[in-house]
Amino acid sequence: MPIREKDGLKEWQRREPAKQYAIWAGWMLGGMLFVWCWALISENTIWEFLYDADEQAASLIGRMIPPDWSITGSLMMPLWDTINIATVGTALGILIAFPLAFLAARNTTPHASLRAVALAIIVSSRSINALIWAMLLVTIVGPGIFAGMLAIALRSIGFVGKLLYEAIEEIHPTPVEAITATGASGPQVLAYSVWPQILPAFAGISVYRWDINIREATTLGLVGAGGIGLQMNAAINNLAWAQVATVFVLIFATVVLSEWVSAKVRHAVL
Amino acid sequence: MSLNGTSAADVQRLQQLQQGVWSPLPLIRRRWLRVSLNLGVLAYVIAAWLSVDVNWDRVAQGMDRGVEFVASFMSPDFVSRSGEIFVGLQESLTMTFTATIIGVLLAVPVGLGAARNIAPAPVYYICRTIIALSRTFQEIIIAILFVAMFGFGPLAGVITLAFATIGFMAKLLAEDIEDAQREPLEAIRATGGTWLQWVNYAVQPQVMPRLIGLSLYRLDINFRESAVIGIVGAGGIGATLNTSINRYDYDTSAAILLLIIAIVLLSEYFSGYVRRWTQ
Repeated sequence: MPIREKDGLKEWQRREPAKQYAIWAGWMLGGMLFVWCWALISENTIWEFLYDADEQAASLIGRMIPPDWSITGSLMMPLWDTINIATVGTALGILIAFPLAFLAARNTTPHASLRAVALAIIVSSRSINALIWAMLLVTIVGPGIFAGMLAIALRSIGFVGKLLYEAIEEIHPTPVEAITATGASGPQVLAYSVWPQILPAFAGISVYRWDINIREATTLGLVGAGGIGLQMNAAINNLAWAQVATVFVLIFATVVLSEWVSAKVRHAVL
Repeated sequence: MSLNGTSAADVQRLQQLQQGVWSPLPLIRRRWLRVSLNLGVLAYVIAAWLSVDVNWDRVAQGMDRGVEFVASFMSPDFVSRSGEIFVGLQESLTMTFTATIIGVLLAVPVGLGAARNIAPAPVYYICRTIIALSRTFQEIIIAILFVAMFGFGPLAGVITLAFATIGFMAKLLAEDIEDAQREPLEAIRATGGTWLQWVNYAVQPQVMPRLIGLSLYRLDINFRESAVIGIVGAGGIGATLNTSINRYDYDTSAAILLLIIAIVLLSEYFSGYVRRWTQ
C-alpha cells in the first residue's frame, strides 16, 4: 500500500509515487500537444474573418428564415434519387460484403492468405469516406446517380463486412459440430448452422447501414454524384440560403423518418 | 389437425416430411405477407432501376481511368506533392486532436444533462435537442455553414468536428449513464453528498472506461471526417485530395488514400490497446 511519511505520521496515498508522476507527465504531454495543435490552427486561421462572425451568422440565419417552400415540389425527384442511392447502394454493398465476411472470419475462412486479403479490402473500404469514393467515381463513371450508388456500396462493404465477420466469429460452435457430424458438406454447414445464428445480426447491421447511408447520400451531390445534394450545392453556390433551408428541412425529415424505420426494424429482429 | 398456428402449408410440409422430403421452414410464416413483401421488393428494384439513367458509353470511356486509378495504388507518388501532403496531413491531425478534446469536454455536460435518471426534465429536453441537431446533419453540411460564418481555414473545421463530436459522445454517454447501476447512486446519495459529489463518486467511475473508449473511437472518426471537410474549405488533407482527383493525378491521390488508411489502422490498433488497458 502506498504510504507517505509526513511529520512522523503515515498518510495513505492512492498511487505509488512513480505511477503518480507518470500519470502527471502524461497529462502534461497531452496538454502540451493540445496547445501546440491549437497554435498551429490559430496560425492558419485568418482571425479577421472572425470579428464579424456573429453578424455573419445572424445574417445567414436571417436569410434562411423563412425557407423558400416554393421549390419543395421540384425537390421531390432528387429526394427519391437520394433514397434510391442509399437503398440500392446498401444492397450492392451487402452483396459484396456477405461473401467477404465469410472469407474474413477466422472460423469460416478457407485459407489464412484469403483472410488477409479480405481484411485488407474491408479496412480500405472502411477508412475512406463515401464522399471521397464519390469524388473518384465521378471522374471514372461520370457524374450522376450511378456514381453515388457505387460510392455508397464501396463504403458499405467495409462497415457491413467488419460487423458481420465479427458476428460470424462469435457464433456458438455446437450447432456447427452437430451439422458437421451428420456428414453435411461445407456449404450445408454454412447454410444450416452458421447462417441461422448470424441472421438477426445481419438484418440489424444492414438496416443500420441503410440508415447511415441515407444521411451520407444527402451530401453526395456536393461532388456531383446525384441526389438532393446537387440542389443543395446549386442553392449554396447561388447564395440562395432560403432554398438551402428548405433542403435542410427535407433532409432533416428524411433522416428522422429513416432513423425511425431502422429503429423499428432493429427492435423487431433483435 | 388445426392446432393453434398450424396452417394448411404446415400440414402439407408435415406430410412431405413423413415421405422423407424435407424443406426448411420459411422465414415469414404468413404466405400472403411473404409473397407481397417479395413482390414489393421486386417492384421497388424495378422502379429504382428505371430512375437511374446510366450512360454506359461514359462508363466505358471512364473504365480506362478506373484501371489507371487501381494501378496507381501499385505506384503511389508520395514525392512530387510531398509538401502539400505533409501540410495537409499535419493540419488534419491537429484539427482531429483539438476538435476531439474540445468536443468531448463539451459533450460531458450535455451528456449528463441528457441522462434521464440524473437530470431534471427541462435540462433533459434542451440537451436532447442539441444532440438531435448535431447528429442529423452530416459533418460536411455543418462545415459549409461554419465556413460561411468563420471563413476558410482549419478553425471552421475544428468547430465542425467538435460540434459533431458533441452529439455523438453525449448521446452514447447519456445512454451509458442511464444504464448505470442504481446501488452506487443510492449509496452516495444516502451519505448526503452534493449533486457534484454524487456525479463524481457514483456516476463517473461507472462510465469512465466506456467514455475513454468512445473518445478514442471518435478520434478515429474525426480523422476520417477531417479528410472530407477540406472539400468545402474547412482545412485538412481533403483539399489536397480533391485537387489531385480533379487533376486525374491518381498517383498522388493513391498516396494520400494509403496514408489515410495507414493512420486509421494505426489509431485503431492503438485504441484497441488502450481500451484493453482501461477496461
